[in-house]
Amino acid sequence: MIHPTLHAYLAISAALFALGFLGVLIRRNTLVVFMCLELMLVASTLALVAFSRFNGTMDGNVFVFFILTVAAAEVAVGLAIIVALFRRRHTIQVDELNSLKN
Amino acid sequence: MAQILFNLFVAFTLISAAGVVVNKNAVNAAMCLLLALVGVAGLFVALNAYLLAFLLLLVYAGAVVALFLFIVMLLDTKGDQRPGLKHLSLVARVLAAGLVGVGFYSFFVRSRLPEPALSAPSAALGADLKLYAYQLFTTYLLPVQVIGFLLLAAMLGVIVLSKKFENTEDAS
Repeated sequence: MIHPTLHAYLAISAALFALGFLGVLIRRNTLVVFMCLELMLVASTLALVAFSRFNGTMDGNVFVFFILTVAAAEVAVGLAIIVALFRRRHTIQVDELNSLKN
Repeated sequence: MAQILFNLFVAFTLISAAGVVVNKNAVNAAMCLLLALVGVAGLFVALNAYLLAFLLLLVYAGAVVALFLFIVMLLDTKGDQRPGLKHLSLVARVLAAGLVGVGFYSFFVRSRLPEPALSAPSAALGADLKLYAYQLFTTYLLPVQVIGFLLLAAMLGVIVLSKKFENTEDAS
């Protein structure tokens, strides 16, 4: 049975990260920007798991465990911030949230 | 067989991730995010990290995407405008395309990994549940405690952020 190489996994991880980054840059809805951030986090976990598998160590897997926990907490806090923002400003479009600009 | 499944999951993941980026509707984007996470969980299974695949589905696909959907429907914003690629100047376009090209070139042509890292070792450590428990309760005991504290702080923070303080609202 031929296994995919480490290179293949890293390429996928990089592509996924790039897609998430592109989304963060071009999307105007704060919620979708946040989803793309999650995509970037998942891409980094994929690289960690691949490194861990191909080096025969356990540390990457445990690290992914922690990343999952932190990501869950981060999503909760971020969405609470977005809801609070929407209550105050009645918009979540990035273009209209420019109070700090002037 | 493994190679076919791998290619299938890769295509699935990348197409769904592209769907998150290009979908105008936030609900559709969240659904595409769900599909992309399922694809990544499949790749985790291909890497023999069964527990992590399960946790990814449980935490991300179960809890996080559901939370996203709740908030999208709660806020009920109008559809997103076109993704803002049109505002880019020519210089920015050329620069970005050049950077992407250099990145691909350096990854596929110039990168060299050490020889043992290129072939999968026989022992799949990620499949062993006992090892996770052993690591979490010995080497990583302090981080586990810190994570617990972080979750507590995040919970309190979310409550404070989303609670309406009537008196202070009137005062400000």
